[in-house]
Amino acid sequence: MSPIVAARGLVKEFQAGRERTLRAVNDVTFEITAGETLGLVGESGSGKSTTGRMLIGLIPVTAGEVTLFGQSVTGPGGAERLAAVRHRMQFVFQDPNGSLNPRMRVRDAIAEPLDIKGGLSRAERTERVAELLDMVGLPAASADRYPHEFSGGQRQRIGIARALALRPEFIVCDEPVSALDVSMQAQIVNLLLDLQERFGLGYLFIAHDLAVVRSMSRTVAVMYAGSIVEIASRAALYAAPQHPYTQALLDVVPRPDPDRVRKPALAGEVPSMLNRPAGCAFAMRCPRAEARCRSETPVLREIATGHRAACHLV
Amino acid sequence: MTTPLLAVRDLTVQFRTDAGWLTAVENVGFELGAQETLGIVGESGSGKSVTALSLLGLHAASTTRLPTGSIDYAGQNLLKLPERAMRRIRGGEIAMIFQDPMSSLNPVLTVADQISETVMLHQGLDRAAARKRAVGLLDMVRIADAAHRVDAYPHQLSGGMRQRVMIAIAIACRPKLLIADEPTTALDVTIQAQILDLLRELQAELGMSVILISHDLGVIAEFARRVMVMYAGRVVEAAPSRALFRQPMHPYTSGLLAAIPPLDHDVTRLSTIAGSIPDPARRIPGCRFSPRCAEVEAACRETAPDLVTVGAGHLARCPPRLHRMAAP
Amino acid sequence: MTEAPAEFLAPRRRFQVLRRLARHRSFRIGFVIVVLLTLAAIFAPLITSFDPTAMRARIRFRPPQEAYWFGTDNFGRDVFTRCLYGARLSLTIGLGVALLSGVVGTAAGIVSAQFRRLDAMIMRLMDGLMAFPAIILAIGLAAAMGPNIGSLIVALSVAYIPRTARIVRASALVVRELEFVDAARVSGASSLRIIWKHLLPNCMGPLLVQLTFVFAYAILAEAALSFLGIGPPPPAPSWGNIIAEGRDQAVDAWWIMFFPGLAISLATLGMNLLGDGLRDVLDPRLKVET
Repeated sequence: MSPIVAARGLVKEFQAGRERTLRAVNDVTFEITAGETLGLVGESGSGKSTTGRMLIGLIPVTAGEVTLFGQSVTGPGGAERLAAVRHRMQFVFQDPNGSLNPRMRVRDAIAEPLDIKGGLSRAERTERVAELLDMVGLPAASADRYPHEFSGGQRQRIGIARALALRPEFIVCDEPVSALDVSMQAQIVNLLLDLQERFGLGYLFIAHDLAVVRSMSRTVAVMYAGSIVEIASRAALYAAPQHPYTQALLDVVPRPDPDRVRKPALAGEVPSMLNRPAGCAFAMRCPRAEARCRSETPVLREIATGHRAACHLV
Repeated sequence: MTTPLLAVRDLTVQFRTDAGWLTAVENVGFELGAQETLGIVGESGSGKSVTALSLLGLHAASTTRLPTGSIDYAGQNLLKLPERAMRRIRGGEIAMIFQDPMSSLNPVLTVADQISETVMLHQGLDRAAARKRAVGLLDMVRIADAAHRVDAYPHQLSGGMRQRVMIAIAIACRPKLLIADEPTTALDVTIQAQILDLLRELQAELGMSVILISHDLGVIAEFARRVMVMYAGRVVEAAPSRALFRQPMHPYTSGLLAAIPPLDHDVTRLSTIAGSIPDPARRIPGCRFSPRCAEVEAACRETAPDLVTVGAGHLARCPPRLHRMAAP
Repeated sequence: MTEAPAEFLAPRRRFQVLRRLARHRSFRIGFVIVVLLTLAAIFAPLITSFDPTAMRARIRFRPPQEAYWFGTDNFGRDVFTRCLYGARLSLTIGLGVALLSGVVGTAAGIVSAQFRRLDAMIMRLMDGLMAFPAIILAIGLAAAMGPNIGSLIVALSVAYIPRTARIVRASALVVRELEFVDAARVSGASSLRIIWKHLLPNCMGPLLVQLTFVFAYAILAEAALSFLGIGPPPPAPSWGNIIAEGRDQAVDAWWIMFFPGLAISLATLGMNLLGDGLRDVLDPRLKVET
């Protein structure tokens, strides 16, 4: 099956001061097939959110190619081709407070994509809003209310209803459950799974927590300091994580078992991309780093069928 | 347990709103011994943060009232203490850290200034001594290159670093009790693990008692010896950690546990608790959890269940579950 | 997918802002003052039977008494009547300046925030306007257009446009970084739609507060300009020119200056109280725990 979304050698650089550039995303490549989910995991500063935003044209790419529904939307003429496929994809944001306009009724927030596209009568619009609210499990009476009257989980449902308005085929979910309580997380994850099954949606699901990603994704990519360090099918990644960073991320997921003794947490934080270290970006935090790791940059290579990792030691 | 460090009894907290007085916390009670760790868990709106803020008397007096209850700390009732005496306890004896370290730090002061403020106020140090103490404290919270980082402004630090600074300020006066209100919720899982490790080490070093508040039973399991589960302003279950995770005696606790996404096997759907915490303005007859409960019985909707002892140090507010457990 | 029945929605709390305003003491006081002054201005002919401009030599310089509450001036005109009619001019000038500087300032601020390439140019223009003294401008405009309310409103508006533009720009810059603006862009929203549906409604709070203060300043400025002889031309009364005409008799006939002065103080105080109330209620940063 051909992919609906593909990123090839994606690079994003930000200007930091007069002469310095900050490479937030470095040579990222992946594909997403219709009806499937790619989980993208990493810490703050890993470039995962920037990657998601580049994919749907919220921010321009510095280099590399984005292909949406078979059309390259980067390079010359990319903007027109992007405009032509825009209605086929959507975005769900992390912050359920910031992603809804406080002065707009839920009805108008959900209908915004419809209004922009145009061509609906008032009655059709009302009917579609009611239908969308029902899809995300909110009562029809929600339409007349304002966002502040809802809880975080309910607001996230409103955000999802808005994303579904134009019947998209692909949705970037940028940490949609990170700001929610565990009980609300589970509800939203299930909702996204139900909608995927019902409408054959493709997702790019961004998270910092490998546990949440496991329940969502067919394929999982782990990002560190702007690059993918490991990418594999869900089964392979959780059964046999290869990269030391993936292993560390798995270890720090809190588990409801008071007798479990966790290894001491991975020290340090994602390095600033202004001072990108020579060699492997993870070497300074890696418990297994060798001399070679500090001089030679590892490349992402196939270590088993469909399982790739960027580490000298695997 | 001998005399506890902290004993909260029958605490009720009400806020004035447009719709009248709303009860945010109702008849909450617990005890905490020296060097003990208590986890308080619940969804947002459960009353767990309100309970914690009451311990420090941090609610606005004009819009809050506490019709019942006492908070006994080291032989005195904090609710009866004059504001002056309370200020000495706050930050000195009992310290608190919050979810969002950015809004708790003053953006125009350096780390050194903010720590100095606390130690100069409570310990009467002069400026130079306070600065030295600030560097020492940053060392204690494992901030590398403390002598240099002490002059940074909050925006120059990452979220994890800022939380470490908050912890440094909190432990500056060697408190006997540290209240951590969702200290890791805004952080990545990796940084969350670092902060939990740090809190555990500091607790051992300083011999503090810790109250950790979280919505995530996974985090609580890592940290707390005893757990109190709150729902809609009430305690629904309280137990030693191991007993609670082995055999939860309230359907809400079970629901919270089941909602944690599993890491060791694949699932097609996560287990959920339907709906969300009711608005405090909405009076729910009988058990407040009954509208969301999967095990609800007719009686649950009529009479509010009491918190009863169900095992050693194990309290729960669900008679049907207890009966089922007791029956063979 | 019927996970959340209606009972899980919070009970409706309608008109929260209005209710909070109604409970806000200084807003209430300000509101009453402003409404009373406005009613007095509108219904002036019903409140008094005198003509504000009719001169009667027999009754010059009468101190306040039962027939002439605020006394009479050097032409025998009733000061109470002149104050009532003066409210019309003064309040019109306040409202006119608030509206004109509000509209132009908002447009400049929003365009600056949304179209970043125009930002530097627009804001330097605003700096230029700010540096230009309003009094000189008023004199110039009065000379060019003749001394009338129109030129006065324009001159004072020019003085307040830059401040309003800055406030709107600052809040729009914050709003446009919020994710709902990104959400609109993902759906292909045009700049015009983003401005109209997202930026403007979310800048209204600080803008309204600012405009109440502009209203108050404009009334004060009218008085100051009248005093310098470049206010609304007599004989039509404004609070400012009643004071200006009364200044020569300030010692002997204090009432001519006192009552319009009181009116100005009252109007300014009322608008400021109104603005303080709006700020307390609309500014989320100052919101108290609910």
